[in-house]
Amino acid sequence: MGTLPEPFAGWFAARGWTPRTHQLALWKAAISGESALLIAPTGGGKTLAGFLPSLVDLHAEPREGLHTLYVSPLKALAVDIARNLMDPVREMDLPIRIETRTGDTPQNRRARQREMPPQILLTTPESLAVLLASPEAPEFFAGLRTIVVDEAHAMAGSKRGDQLALCMARLDRLAPGLRRVGLSATVAHPEALRAWLSPTARAEDVRLVLGKGGAEPVMELMLPAGHLPWGGHMGLASAPRILERIAGAGVTIVFVNTRAQAELIFAALWKINEENLPIALHHGSLQIEQRRKVEAAMAAGKLRAVVATASLDLGIDWGAVDQVIQVGAPKGVSRLLQRIGRANHRMDEPSRAVLVPANRFEVIECVAATEAVRAHELDGDPPRPGGLDVLAQHILAMACQAPFHPDELYAEVTRAGAYSTLSRRDFDDVLRFVEDGGYALQAYDRFRRLFRDSEGMVHVRDLRVARQARMNLGTIVDTPMLKVRLRGGPVLGEVEEWFASTLEPGHCFIFAGQTLRYEGIDALTMVVTRGGEGEPRVPAYAGARMPLSTSLSLRVRSILADPRRWRGLPEPVRDWLRLQRHRSELPQRDGMLIEVFPKGGRWFMVAYCFEGRLAHQTLGMLVTKRMERMGYAPMGYLGTDYVLATWSAFEPDEPERLFEEDILGEELEDWIAESSMLRRTFRNIATIAGLIEKNHPGQEKSGRQMTMNSDLIYDVLRKHEPDHILLRATRAEAAHGLTDVGRIATLLSRVQGSIRVRRLDRVSPLAVPALIEEGREWVAGGAEDALLAEAAALVDEATGGAEHFADVLAEVTEGVRVRSGVVDRPRRQDRKRRPPPRRFIRSARELAP
Amino acid sequence: MTPAPLHLSGERLMLDPMGVVSWPARRTLVVSDLHLEKGSHFAARGHFVPPYDTRETLSRLALAVRRYRPARLVLLGDSFHDPRGCERMAPADCAALGRLLAEVEEVVWVLGNHDPVAPVGLPGMASASLADGPITFRHEADFRAVGELSGHFHPKAALATRAGTISRPCFATDARRVILPAFGAYTGGLDVRDPALGGLFPRGGRAFMLGEGRLFSIPMPPMRRPAQRSPERVG
Repeated sequence: MGTLPEPFAGWFAARGWTPRTHQLALWKAAISGESALLIAPTGGGKTLAGFLPSLVDLHAEPREGLHTLYVSPLKALAVDIARNLMDPVREMDLPIRIETRTGDTPQNRRARQREMPPQILLTTPESLAVLLASPEAPEFFAGLRTIVVDEAHAMAGSKRGDQLALCMARLDRLAPGLRRVGLSATVAHPEALRAWLSPTARAEDVRLVLGKGGAEPVMELMLPAGHLPWGGHMGLASAPRILERIAGAGVTIVFVNTRAQAELIFAALWKINEENLPIALHHGSLQIEQRRKVEAAMAAGKLRAVVATASLDLGIDWGAVDQVIQVGAPKGVSRLLQRIGRANHRMDEPSRAVLVPANRFEVIECVAATEAVRAHELDGDPPRPGGLDVLAQHILAMACQAPFHPDELYAEVTRAGAYSTLSRRDFDDVLRFVEDGGYALQAYDRFRRLFRDSEGMVHVRDLRVARQARMNLGTIVDTPMLKVRLRGGPVLGEVEEWFASTLEPGHCFIFAGQTLRYEGIDALTMVVTRGGEGEPRVPAYAGARMPLSTSLSLRVRSILADPRRWRGLPEPVRDWLRLQRHRSELPQRDGMLIEVFPKGGRWFMVAYCFEGRLAHQTLGMLVTKRMERMGYAPMGYLGTDYVLATWSAFEPDEPERLFEEDILGEELEDWIAESSMLRRTFRNIATIAGLIEKNHPGQEKSGRQMTMNSDLIYDVLRKHEPDHILLRATRAEAAHGLTDVGRIATLLSRVQGSIRVRRLDRVSPLAVPALIEEGREWVAGGAEDALLAEAAALVDEATGGAEHFADVLAEVTEGVRVRSGVVDRPRRQDRKRRPPPRRFIRSARELAP
Repeated sequence: MTPAPLHLSGERLMLDPMGVVSWPARRTLVVSDLHLEKGSHFAARGHFVPPYDTRETLSRLALAVRRYRPARLVLLGDSFHDPRGCERMAPADCAALGRLLAEVEEVVWVLGNHDPVAPVGLPGMASASLADGPITFRHEADFRAVGELSGHFHPKAALATRAGTISRPCFATDARRVILPAFGAYTGGLDVRDPALGGLFPRGGRAFMLGEGRLFSIPMPPMRRPAQRSPERVG
């Protein structure tokens, strides 16, 4: 290793620092013109390592024009890094200008940046895509030497990462010899990340630099005082001990798993916070100004604790965080490590973390996660192949930059690691989609967005198309949200539209750390007042919970199956497992235990699969379908992270047959196509691909009505062109992510021949946590009509005596036929009898084809 | 398919789960808000939604016509998504529409805000509204009217079930009026609890949600008209 040139060596020395090995290694890579990936734990001086070569180069050879581009997933991070980078530049008096460019950058500064680019520009994937969609891009980027990708592990495998990968492929052409530098936290698949970053899609073309690991983190398990809960995920019972820990340390981050949990823990802490310790709340649905305020207070050392969700996983260096408390099971090892790393960014001191499991199963999961951290075993999937919807957006953006030949663009795109396996057929179909929708029925010929000239070059049709394309760049699709505004006061944040639709004026809910009363909806804003009576609800957000990771699942199973490893478990948990061994048996590491027992006139079956909530929910649908066919009359199911539980009218006498591998057949196809998860996936894909307009925040209501409901489009497309490229993209994405079909397949093949069935006379100790969980699915989950019939009948029973216009009603209902099993008469006399679930099943069958 | 009878101003109407109304005494079939060529309207603006909506809507309408064999077909406006929609129709769709209209003796195009002029080259008469005995056909409901069939609002209703809330297009009714759901394949909906729609039912009413083979009836609570809202809620 050489030494840095002056004034850099002197600058380090003046601060009493010596350049770290990985900082020098990145500099060496730069000198030999190589791309590099630096993998190091947080606090290793990673960012400086990424920029140092650029600073040295620009000092040795000062010049105008864009030299280094830095891309971060967070706007705030770009701004923060810019500030930190100013220090060395100013102190060494380097001839370098550093600027940021994000969605927040004012128009006049953007224009100035185009005229006179800074040497170093810090930006986000979205802003980079907009820059590249301009005809001036070739000139702007011509002199670019380096692109630094921060938090590369968080980008790779996401749609924003896909977009960045495609943009980098284009930058390679505009600036030959461009070096890529990736900065990443420790990951489970460094090779895959290298390939993702590589300009050739080959891992060996990126030099791997490993930062030295810091001190081992100090982790401990903290149980609530008194009784250890059987179920629940919120961890509220531990609030007093969490508060004690906060009081006993300088600055604490309390990490939780969902926004709802953040609200509840925050409320629980303040209820007992008699010393008025400054404790704040931070999650992704709070108003951005509010979040910035909390971050600033944190950085200024004015807070003792902040309760946060994944919104604080990435990002700004807080400096002095003394401990991290993780409430609820961590679900994944890599995420846990990242969170622990937030406590203390100094390498040589250990990070301190406290794990607070919310229930008995979570205790085992926390112990498993602690073991995994000690063993340096990480989890997480390798980056998945790039999305076709992002490709569609990119193709249009590239046409806006300059005409292209399809062969050349295909070659360029497949040099990106994320798209190296893209077939020419898929590429051509996406291109056709961008041109005119790509439908078999060529109805939109006259509306083409692109045209081809005699040499086969593809041009964008006109300026209007280009303008529209630039406006819709970006891959973040928000669920429809409603702003929450205090009457006569500020906006507090936002909740999902569906949550608002379940509220009636007068209902109250907890949000932004306060109890609010719902007053009404005014245009796109939900108006609330403070206070309110009754049991408050907590807004939930779709896709908020992460399922148990595969490697953590294996560790949990290993601990359960091997009593010698129970020593690390607290006494109540050991007692619980001993009782399970006595009453039933323990699940084997690689097999599967199924328990069958009667309870309350139904038959319960609990299968210990340990494949995570998403996989279990999909599996539950498949298994209950099969149960129906075998005559067990299933009523419902529940998938937790650990088990799948079903209940049925008749005893499942051959439960092992429910887990044969052929359940992943046609039924799965049918269900997947109908499921709301697929509809959600399609909505995102259709929006990113430009099929439907983005919901621009703050749009007038009239504008909102103009956007078309993606469900209607989905239904029509499925019926008339099931093989359309966007449906192919949707199926591929759903099979990978939301439905976790891959994990089900692994499970089924793993347990074949080693399923153990235990018939019990009552619920076993291990099954209790599952049976008290929320989130039950009913078998007729797909048969909406059966549900409607049942609900309409219930409404009528409830309102039968108090009709608002009883006179008309008699006429209205005169001829409505009453079919057996379907209650439709609004004024039935036998109001006391609610339809029992059995009847519901029967009517669901009647409706089935 | 089980239609539900409903009496309006002494006339017996059948509400059909397909989203159409039949008036047997006058051999009349009523349908609203087809929004034909909505897909191509979006395509012209650069959003290439699947071009099969007109085909889909017409095939469903043909089914309704075959079932009721009406002498008169009344379309309650917004039959085309925009005034030029008629010209954009694909030849095959145009022919299908022609065949469909030839099966009835009389076609009435009530004009809507999306299609304020009569469609060119199609049979039938066009009118802003039509009165027949005690029943009036109009695109957008008139608050004072009695015995009125209208469309425009694309009413839908939501019902909470134990497996989550389910939302469906619906007929919105009371003793004075029936507002039909939109029939078009690409038509969304407005919740009956929205003041703009609920305000037309000041004493409450009944919503009939469309199901596969039947309607699901739920009460609509009374609601004040938008004009009578307290000042702080306006704007």
